[in-house]
Amino acid sequence: MSSPFAAWARRGWVAAGRGLALFGGSLLAVLLAVTLALAVVSVAWVVLVPPTVMAVRRLANRARRLADAWAGVHIPAPYLPQALNGGPKRFWRRWTWIVRDPATWRDLLWLLVDPIIGAFLAGLPAAVIAYGLFGLAQPIVWQPIVDAGGSNWYGMIHVDSQAAAWLAAVLGAGVVLLGLAIGPASLLLHAQFTRSLLAPTPAALAQRVRHLTETRADAVDAQAAELRRIERDLHDGAQAGLVAVGMTLSAAEQLLADDPQAVRTLLGEAREASTKALNELRDLVRGIHPPVLADRGLGDAVRALALDSQLTVQVSVDVPGRLPPEVESAAYFAVSEVLVNAAKHSGAEQVWLDLRHHDVALRIRVTDNGRGGAEIGHGTGLHGIQRRLATFDGTLALTSPPGGPTTVTMEVPCALSSPKTTLSSETE
Amino acid sequence: MRIVLAEDHALLRDGMTRLLQAHGFTVIAAVDNGTDLLQALTERRPDVAVVDVRLPPSFTDEGLQAALAARRQIPGLPVLVLSQYVEQLYARELLADGAGGIGYLLKDRVSSTDEFLDAVRRVAAGGTAMDPAVISRLLARNAKDKPLARLTQREHDVLALMAEGRSNAAIAQRLVIGEGAVGKHIANIFAKLDLPPSDSDNRRVRAVLTYLNR
Repeated sequence: MSSPFAAWARRGWVAAGRGLALFGGSLLAVLLAVTLALAVVSVAWVVLVPPTVMAVRRLANRARRLADAWAGVHIPAPYLPQALNGGPKRFWRRWTWIVRDPATWRDLLWLLVDPIIGAFLAGLPAAVIAYGLFGLAQPIVWQPIVDAGGSNWYGMIHVDSQAAAWLAAVLGAGVVLLGLAIGPASLLLHAQFTRSLLAPTPAALAQRVRHLTETRADAVDAQAAELRRIERDLHDGAQAGLVAVGMTLSAAEQLLADDPQAVRTLLGEAREASTKALNELRDLVRGIHPPVLADRGLGDAVRALALDSQLTVQVSVDVPGRLPPEVESAAYFAVSEVLVNAAKHSGAEQVWLDLRHHDVALRIRVTDNGRGGAEIGHGTGLHGIQRRLATFDGTLALTSPPGGPTTVTMEVPCALSSPKTTLSSETE
Repeated sequence: MRIVLAEDHALLRDGMTRLLQAHGFTVIAAVDNGTDLLQALTERRPDVAVVDVRLPPSFTDEGLQAALAARRQIPGLPVLVLSQYVEQLYARELLADGAGGIGYLLKDRVSSTDEFLDAVRRVAAGGTAMDPAVISRLLARNAKDKPLARLTQREHDVLALMAEGRSNAAIAQRLVIGEGAVGKHIANIFAKLDLPPSDSDNRRVRAVLTYLNR
């Protein structure tokens, strides 16, 4: 067997196997369609429908992923980001978020069509190959079938003799080759079919653009405000302090000959002023990019925050590697703000902080044992975090029933880089 | 006294070398990166090392990592760590082995020559030198601790100075009181915090830091 032929056959064989996996997905789609139908007509439809729809999304996302991996057809996910889902009306917001997303309805259409068209395209190569193998097996199996009283046809050949069986085997070999040949094409067709139903529509893209424009404006505003604050802090703090040091030193210079005692006092003052200026610079840098975050990454930086908090904070971290620097920074300041909020308003003594990276997102959950009743009002710290996380398509959800406990859950989609220490320029 | 110095800023390295040599210390090695530091610490075994936290090649906490690694090989190797920032997390890691001979100071303390040299000598003798900024943050974090709240203001001041690693004599001088009074305050503090009394200065400091670091 020549090597190009072997490679071709292997491609066909693998494609047929992948088709079978996709066929399995279609069976899952049937199962989900039935579940959804039952959920809709059940008494508890209000509670049951959202999780079922989310399960459909997961299945659709699997189909998107496989189309990319197996046929090279890239299908972006069209869903609206889940923004502003905290607060007391959280549940209804989730409903509107699901129902108003056109992608939800296109998912459902796909759920109905995929078990027919998708399953056919996916299963065809494997079925053809299986039929071919049955033909190849004819020289062995025709006798038992006829003995059992079966009417044994293979294609248009009535197999009732060893000679006819050999003829069927030759035909079967051809059918196997046909199955191998159509495998890759069938996968591609399946992927294109999936794309026609699961890719974002122009309307969804327009909505996405609106969201990005909005969050970009927020990000730019926040950054400008941050720069103004830094400028003000420098101007009123370290800069003024250094001017004072200079003035004190020149006063000391003039007194050097006449009054050494006064010079000593002035030099002491100058040193104190320089220490104060250094302290202010330190605080400023901590507010821009905390040193532990630069040194160790988000996990240890959050542990350091916990050590500095007045509350008892239990931290568990599961982030193997480093996150993109901008996400690390946003997450760090978000956690810092949430902890300050908890210390100020909740009356809590204990906080549990859970930080983990799973699949493709960073999830941070902060729970306190305070009095609850927190809300994401306009202009509050939580609202600010929500807007800042939205720049990264991140979300913040709050549950805070009266009497507590309060849980803040933040999620930011991001990839993990290798656990190596990243090089950074020297700032010390 | 033989010193290994690690500082990547050439000006600061030379300045500190001059300062230490002018006060009778011998700088046996002055290195500018973490790899050389670890080698100098383990092979030359100085009486004390003065180490900058942030060093090449990674410009993160290279100096701290080298110091911790060296102390894992040579328990109790005296190390005074200097940094532009003090972090409780790092203070905790340095103190974790309980072996003593640890200092952790803000870099600008070097400008108060006497205090800096005192810290170097204290660490070399197996004592502790924690930056006042570390201690004040530790105390702020423990603000709600009931036994601590029972301390008088004076006892509170003594506790803070003791946690920095200062001797009774130094505390007495700083607070302008007699050494006997300091001893009495310390006995009271240990009783109120329910810590076992100890004659050794070093063990006493460690007991207090362990209490605050719970």
